[in-house]
Amino acid sequence: MKKALLLGDEAIGQGAIDAGISGIYAYPGTPSTEIMEYVQRSPKAKANNVHARWSANEKTATEAALGMSYAGKRAIVCMKHVGLNVAADPFMNSAITGTNGGLVIAVADDPSMHSSQNEQDSRYYGKFAQIPVLEPSNQQEAYDMTRDAFELSEKYGVPVLLRVTTRLAHSRYGVELSEPLKPNDLHLPGDPKQFVLLPSIAKRRYKILLGVQEHIEEDSENSRYNKYIEGKDKSLGIITTGIAFNYLMENFPDGASPYPVLKIGQYPLPKDAVNKIFKETEELLVLEEGYPFVEEYLRGVIESGHKIHGRLDGTVPRDGELNPNIVAKALGKDLPPDYSPPEFLANRPPELCPGCGHRDLYDALNDVMKDYGPQRVFSDIGCYTLGALPPYNAINSCVDMGASITMAKGAADAGVHPSVAVIGDSTFTHSGITGLLDAVNDNTPVTVIILDNAAVAMTGGQPSAGEGRIEQICIGVGVEPEHVRTVIPLPKNHDEMVRVIKEEIEYDGVSVVIAQRECIQTLVARKKRMRKKK
Amino acid sequence: MKKDIILAGVGGQGILSVAAVIGLAALDYGLEIKQSEVHGMSQRGGAVVSHLRISDSTIHSDLIPEGTADMILSVEPLEALRYLNFLKKDGWIISNTKPFVNIPDYPPVEKILEEINSLPNSLTINADGIAKALKSPRSSNIVMVGAASPYLDIPVENIENGIRQIFGRKGETVVELNIAALHKGREFALGEK
Ligand SMILES: Cc1ncc(C[n+]2csc(CCOP(=O)(O)OP(=O)(O)O)c2C)c(N)n1
Repeated sequence: MKKALLLGDEAIGQGAIDAGISGIYAYPGTPSTEIMEYVQRSPKAKANNVHARWSANEKTATEAALGMSYAGKRAIVCMKHVGLNVAADPFMNSAITGTNGGLVIAVADDPSMHSSQNEQDSRYYGKFAQIPVLEPSNQQEAYDMTRDAFELSEKYGVPVLLRVTTRLAHSRYGVELSEPLKPNDLHLPGDPKQFVLLPSIAKRRYKILLGVQEHIEEDSENSRYNKYIEGKDKSLGIITTGIAFNYLMENFPDGASPYPVLKIGQYPLPKDAVNKIFKETEELLVLEEGYPFVEEYLRGVIESGHKIHGRLDGTVPRDGELNPNIVAKALGKDLPPDYSPPEFLANRPPELCPGCGHRDLYDALNDVMKDYGPQRVFSDIGCYTLGALPPYNAINSCVDMGASITMAKGAADAGVHPSVAVIGDSTFTHSGITGLLDAVNDNTPVTVIILDNAAVAMTGGQPSAGEGRIEQICIGVGVEPEHVRTVIPLPKNHDEMVRVIKEEIEYDGVSVVIAQRECIQTLVARKKRMRKKK
Repeated sequence: MKKDIILAGVGGQGILSVAAVIGLAALDYGLEIKQSEVHGMSQRGGAVVSHLRISDSTIHSDLIPEGTADMILSVEPLEALRYLNFLKKDGWIISNTKPFVNIPDYPPVEKILEEINSLPNSLTINADGIAKALKSPRSSNIVMVGAASPYLDIPVENIENGIRQIFGRKGETVVELNIAALHKGREFALGEK
């Protein structure tokens, strides 16, 4: 059978389509973005009428997916790891309501923080919500597990978390596809109160979730994704999770480990299998991508005298993603490389594109702020965060999406003046609007600069949720219309931008300056498409 | 058979198209490939790298282990050196000579090329110049594929097929230009052998 060459993310997208989803909901975020993008391109998804539009944020996406599950249909929701923080409320509570149609939450973690603020490990969320977690080791498993996740979800009536990490999300390999399933018909929940989490009902629903635990544990025990691989040399037993298995196998060129290996791909942990490898071997080595989730669990707090190696005893670094060399070192097999990069090598950090409007805005803002003193600009997450680096050094914070406005408010409340927020249009509609409302209700003296490039640029130029309506939204939230100003960030408008920003900083209340110019990447792509059409 | 290739460049230079052409050629020749890509932050003018693994049997790791790459293929000279720790002792380092200068402390190009050429198996090629002479400046990446082609153990016909698959949508002229670029790069490399 011919294999499809798919990124891990694309394999999840294809798996979802072939599982008969009726909808995919997501907010972009590296390394998860390509799941939605793949489904949006897929003719098969189109033929099945799969709803595939970006949501305003991860919370709205998760809730919409839960609504689709309520209607008896299968839905998947996709996000990067920090997106699950935003979606945590519906995520946790969807475990209590349970599901009707299959519901899968696909989360891509980013250990080593290639494109993220932290390297949180989503498996803890799965445990927190007490639902099954699937973690593929390769692209084929990403496909198969996505399909099986829907089945698990419908079998036990709970959402299922599918966790991948950057390297699998963004690596291609051949995937064998299996027979596609038909989408579910619409059917409402049998119990009309299932989704009403009033305390009396929530208590009952929670007991149902607790009752399911023994079944999902048993499912893990029998799962084909948890594999005990026998080995002759019992001096060591190795437990791998997700793609750590590949790095281990890379170190045994003939594809066989001399040590027993327990390959984990489904949680809760299969207790019998873990006990078996614990009893059969003298020491354990735990290889997992992310936090020492399994390792900590095995160690517990009671001294067993059994040696467990991993991230907590320094056998594996405490942070960062794994790779074949780290695993080799843990096995005592590491050879130093023959060459190393020369000393004179210069770093090449990412930068704002030449011609990007964010550059012009920062030039103007820096001119304004030099009269007011340093460290008064709160910012947010997007391409414009690169304004923190030279040559601009223009911003003083980047914490979580939307935090620029609310942190500027808090700082202003504490007496920082001026207090300026710089936020992108997509970040603003993701979670900036509510913060602006807080500022308006308090008449806080803050100036919010919204960089409206009509795109989610950082993640590849997806459409922005508030396109063409940023000004209206600000006025709707209650900012005085004469203090919602629009400028066009171009070098020739420098003096005007300086004047407008200064005027609004001098205003004693909430003001908004919208810097409006299309992202040059999406502009070039759009022009190219137009030329082709001609 | 195994070929592990580190592809290097600067975000926006199009190393993913280099990866795609070689990857499709390998598939066309009946081999397996695994290819890790970079998406996200570093694509904005930063250093980017892709690991391309080609083999006639199962490929486990998505990342190439340090000290084992058969080739570093770089569309930019400084970037060729960034991943030297991946190159195996007798591996090939093949680099474009045209620098992409977007940082203030970019080292002198002569020093970079000297360092590359001090390695036992190295090839530096002015891919931009060759592509310009072909009146197809955008094909410099394919000139680089051509320069690497004698060391890939994949027949050149399969690489041509890879180019057809990638550029087919853009019309026959674009395909022909890129096949010409492939052969120019290849001739240069064979001449240096
Ligand atoms: C909760 C969360 N979701 C998603 C992301 C990924 N992400 C980082 S920046 C960004 C988009 C920013 O778009 P915008 O605010 O319009 O700024 P631009 O990049 O266009 O300048 C996204 C989706 C994230 N860091 N956190």
